[in-house]
Amino acid sequence: MIQINYIWGFLIIISLVTSCFTNTMDLTVNALFNGANDAINSLFSFAGSMIMWCGMMQIASKSGLTNIFVKLISPVTRIIFPKLKKDSKALKLISLNMVANFLGLANAATPLGLKAMEELKKMSNGKDATGEMCTFVVLNTASIQLIPSTLIAIRSSLGSINPGEIIVPIWIVSIFTAIFAICISKYYEKRGRI
Amino acid sequence: MSVSSFAVPSMIFLIISYGLYKKVNIYSAFLEGTKDGIATIANIIGPMIGIFIAVNMFKASGALDILIKAISPVANFIKFPSELLPFSLVRPISGSGSLAMATDLFKTYGTDSFIGRCASVIMGSSETTFYALTVYFGAIGIKNTRHTLKCALLSDAFALFLSILICRNFFN
Repeated sequence: MIQINYIWGFLIIISLVTSCFTNTMDLTVNALFNGANDAINSLFSFAGSMIMWCGMMQIASKSGLTNIFVKLISPVTRIIFPKLKKDSKALKLISLNMVANFLGLANAATPLGLKAMEELKKMSNGKDATGEMCTFVVLNTASIQLIPSTLIAIRSSLGSINPGEIIVPIWIVSIFTAIFAICISKYYEKRGRI
Repeated sequence: MSVSSFAVPSMIFLIISYGLYKKVNIYSAFLEGTKDGIATIANIIGPMIGIFIAVNMFKASGALDILIKAISPVANFIKFPSELLPFSLVRPISGSGSLAMATDLFKTYGTDSFIGRCASVIMGSSETTFYALTVYFGAIGIKNTRHTLKCALLSDAFALFLSILICRNFFN
């Protein structure tokens, strides 16, 4: 079984051992401290907008706007997460996370996704990931985005004649990858039970 | 003006105006929400530092370069474009790193070249898997992620090969 626990440990051990042979000990130790500082810097670079989106989403949830979105994509979410109750908070948050991802609002999608995870945790034993958590996270790593705006901006700044030409290929790949991701996570979930 | 530049303003407009229409106390609801946001941020500080130090050390020690060299014969054998190898390996572990490498590929080979298009499609159709995994599970304190990482990496590989396949056929 592969776990973050081991991967994380191995990454650090392998790095330290390699640095002895490649004579990059100083660089590697610097990377340790810079990495920690980079983490905080990048966290701060989106913390404000993330907190802002949490505020906006609270308004949307109080006004009932979120329910409209949730209903719109419920045919899809019901198939992916058949075990979650139709009116559960978890399914609502998952749906909103998917909508935000689709619109390219990454800073809005992350807090919604994290709250969805908290709701899913309430239904678990608190230690092991549930099948729903796995499917949800795997789905999040296979990004489906309507307009990949950052990428298009970079392409156009570097002189692309048609910066948006990659949109349709990206849609095709994303959709098939998402279907693949859902299928394999369901497959491993079933296999794990037996 | 592209479609995406309308997404955020229309979203905000919709949220605020619908809130006012439904007579919600929008400002206090906003503040309530920000409290949740602050708690969420606090929860992911630890996992963020964890993943950043491991990835940075792996790159700085030269271990990543060794891994790339070790894999390149296999990549050549399956006719995987070797120019894309370092970028493809960095994609799931570092968002900013892979974006920098994609930009570098654009500058070297051109945005509208086969390599440039492949890099674009790979960039746009995948995510920073390790980061997403640590942040999502780290925030709720679950350490046994079971089959999540395996599935996420298999999906990344699937997206990678499909991207190259599509680019070979779509643009000709």
